[in-house]
Amino acid sequence: MDARNFTFMFYGFTAAWLIVLIYVVSLARRGARLKKELENVKQLIHSEDTAREQRLEDRVR
Amino acid sequence: MREKLAIALAAAGGALLVYNLYQMFLVLPDEAMQGAIYRILFFHAPAAIVGMVGYFVALTFSVLYLSSKDLRWDSLAASIVEVSLVFSLINICTGSIWARIIWGIWWTWDYRLTSALVCVLIFAGYLMLRRAIDEPTQRGRLSAALCIFGCVDVVIVWKSIEWFRNQHPGPVLSIRTGGGHMDPAMERIFWLNGLALLLIAIALVLIRTRQEATTREIDSLRRLAHAV
Repeated sequence: MDARNFTFMFYGFTAAWLIVLIYVVSLARRGARLKKELENVKQLIHSEDTAREQRLEDRVR
Repeated sequence: MREKLAIALAAAGGALLVYNLYQMFLVLPDEAMQGAIYRILFFHAPAAIVGMVGYFVALTFSVLYLSSKDLRWDSLAASIVEVSLVFSLINICTGSIWARIIWGIWWTWDYRLTSALVCVLIFAGYLMLRRAIDEPTQRGRLSAALCIFGCVDVVIVWKSIEWFRNQHPGPVLSIRTGGGHMDPAMERIFWLNGLALLLIAIALVLIRTRQEATTREIDSLRRLAHAV
């Protein structure tokens, strides 16, 4: 009984920390994905701005 | 600034946890009736308390969103619900493992356990609902309504051990009973562990809120790109 009691206590602690660990990893992955997405969107806007300025310059010429 | 605060809170929570684990395993004796397994309760009940406090704080921000229509309140409520759900899951899993030894069963459909499971399902539904709706104001309005509804169940979870006959043990903390049900040394570690979990939960909410702000920034930049 005592050994089983101790084993299940270990399972309980493991379960608690595993849930926190899984959440922290998912949070970190989501953070990295969002950072990449933000850079992509900023790059897209920058390239569209450059293309528009180029078109304006062409028209002026 | 927010990242530094999150790291400081997580570090403080981690340090407090190390102290608590030392106390739990090397200072406090086994409980007379339950043996070593009672130590699960140092995580089981504080996780439930952190989760429930989180749902009520999210309720406050949901109501603030409904009255002001400011999407920052909505993001904050969503971040808090997500982190609270993690702690509710810890509560249910650890409780089930404890029950296997003490009651001889993994689960029973009594009022406390069932209402806690319903609470997890409602707030998991809250997060799924947010993923399903793209329009921010509609998403905010519907998720705030669901948060208010979910908090009714949180009250039932909280009070069920007083209102109904349960397999689940009744109140033991001196804050609810006036004392005499739990050893003061054990109760001290119980609250210190609650504080450690709360610090970690706040750190996670800060990180999650930052991500929500980034998502809003991406959305606004996308709209700008479409307009151009």
